[in-house]
Amino acid sequence: MNDWFVNIDWADIGQATLDTLAMLGGSLVLTVLLGLPLGIALFLTGPGQVWESRLGNGALALVVNLLRSVPFIILLIVMIPLTVLLVGTSLGVVGAIPPLVVGAAPFFARLVETALREVDRNTVEAVQAMGATTRDLVLRALLPEALPGIVAGITVTAIALVSFTAMAGAVGAGGLGDLAIRFGYQRFQTDVMLVTVVLLLVVVQLLQMAGDRLVRHFSHR
Amino acid sequence: MIKLEGVHKTFTGGRHAALAAVDLEVARGEVFGIIGRSGAGKSTLVRLLNGLERPSAGVVSIDGTDVAALDGERIRTLRRRVGMIFQNFGLLASRTVSANVALPLRIGGADAAAIAKRVPELLARVGLADHGDKYPAQLSGGQKQRVGIARALATGPDILLCDEATSALDPETTRSILALIADLNRELGLTIVLITHEMEVVRQVCDRVAVLHAGRIVESGSVADVFLDPRAPETRALLAETDDHPEPVGFTGQVVRLTLRGQAVWEPVLTRIARETGTDFAILDGRIGRLKDLSFGQLTLGLTGGDVAAAIDALRAHGEVDALRAEGKVDALRAGGEVAAS
Repeated sequence: MNDWFVNIDWADIGQATLDTLAMLGGSLVLTVLLGLPLGIALFLTGPGQVWESRLGNGALALVVNLLRSVPFIILLIVMIPLTVLLVGTSLGVVGAIPPLVVGAAPFFARLVETALREVDRNTVEAVQAMGATTRDLVLRALLPEALPGIVAGITVTAIALVSFTAMAGAVGAGGLGDLAIRFGYQRFQTDVMLVTVVLLLVVVQLLQMAGDRLVRHFSHR
Repeated sequence: MIKLEGVHKTFTGGRHAALAAVDLEVARGEVFGIIGRSGAGKSTLVRLLNGLERPSAGVVSIDGTDVAALDGERIRTLRRRVGMIFQNFGLLASRTVSANVALPLRIGGADAAAIAKRVPELLARVGLADHGDKYPAQLSGGQKQRVGIARALATGPDILLCDEATSALDPETTRSILALIADLNRELGLTIVLITHEMEVVRQVCDRVAVLHAGRIVESGSVADVFLDPRAPETRALLAETDDHPEPVGFTGQVVRLTLRGQAVWEPVLTRIARETGTDFAILDGRIGRLKDLSFGQLTLGLTGGDVAAAIDALRAHGEVDALRAEGKVDALRAGGEVAAS
């Protein structure tokens, strides 16, 4: 076996896996914390909703579309000064998290907005007709009803973040993507490439399975 | 109790007014039906009553309070007095039946003990005492609407708005839901505003009805008057969908329409008058039925022989008589019983 995997340093692989998971976990939590309110605001300012505002909705949509249209690799570089300002470094796991969040939160916000739009119109009206405040409407009706859709959105976002972390590896963030580029690609170490890709596949597979299970758990349709 | 005066509603981007010059008054404790085809503006109208929509012009008031002028906490307080049920039920799929019924109480700030006491009472009232722990997806359509009704009653409203509440249900379930609505009207003295496109619904539960067509009220009155003697062509068109009138084209006698209400339906009116006047009656068309609590019979009669004029006078003593066609004419009758000849 070691004949096939001559270039593999399993300690490096282990550390890189942990780095990838740390970047993923940290950025996913912050993405949800930032993207969820943004998605709710996008929904509520939309046509026919309680905070209907063409201007407000247009402004939010512009910011979201702007961030989503910048290629992530460019965002990584453009954000370096801001990243340094926010967390003190643009390197390593910590330095990767701000661009990951800025890249993923607008994407997640759109998924939240879509999930909220799927909530039955009669259900929203029924809750409004009970005398609900907007806060009640969001917390007691919209979010619980849209939860399966939002969890599915978190799964998709988490998987997108896995590939973002690989790109972040290219600019000094570490992790499995970094190994794949530096060793697998630049040094033609096919075995390193293979192992990192398999590990990333395992991470994606586990995320998808966990996400699907949670969606089923929360879904009562 | 509910009053609409000169209400207009235009949606931004809409070319036509959703509602135009609507005047309407609903008395306390009555079941008021608003019937019309889809797109007539019914849903918009009912949403004006709890402020889900605001009129572009005119005044919507409940007990003298202008609904559109309320905002914030005051409109929320009003909404707790006005229950609403929906065509698609509007239940939260993510919550159990009990939690759905409890939701208006939670929103209203009731404490847990009061909620725990009230929810089983409400479920028992709608016949779902054993279903509290189920999710809406596990219920039939009729049961879902019962949950919707229990939820609408939770805050103890005095008005119930029904937005096509039976349109997604089969005829048998529709009857049982309407029976429940009628019970609630009687027992709790609820004022009910019900919108529908089905004449059957109006017939079964409503006291009064307004016919809405293209955003305007074309006819309104007691259900018996509108149903038995429709004036507006739009009302006739709605009625003609459920009644398929044969046309007595070959008949040459005098044709009248006799409308009987209440007890007169069961009296042997025709045979007695036939004996007395020597006139023969041919029954060309007829329906006998019930409008909420009123029995009615409406017969199209062909009269020949004997003293036809005396027979018609005798008929007038029992019910309303409309001459449809003089003797000898053979022109076709129009559906709905219009006076086709003088």
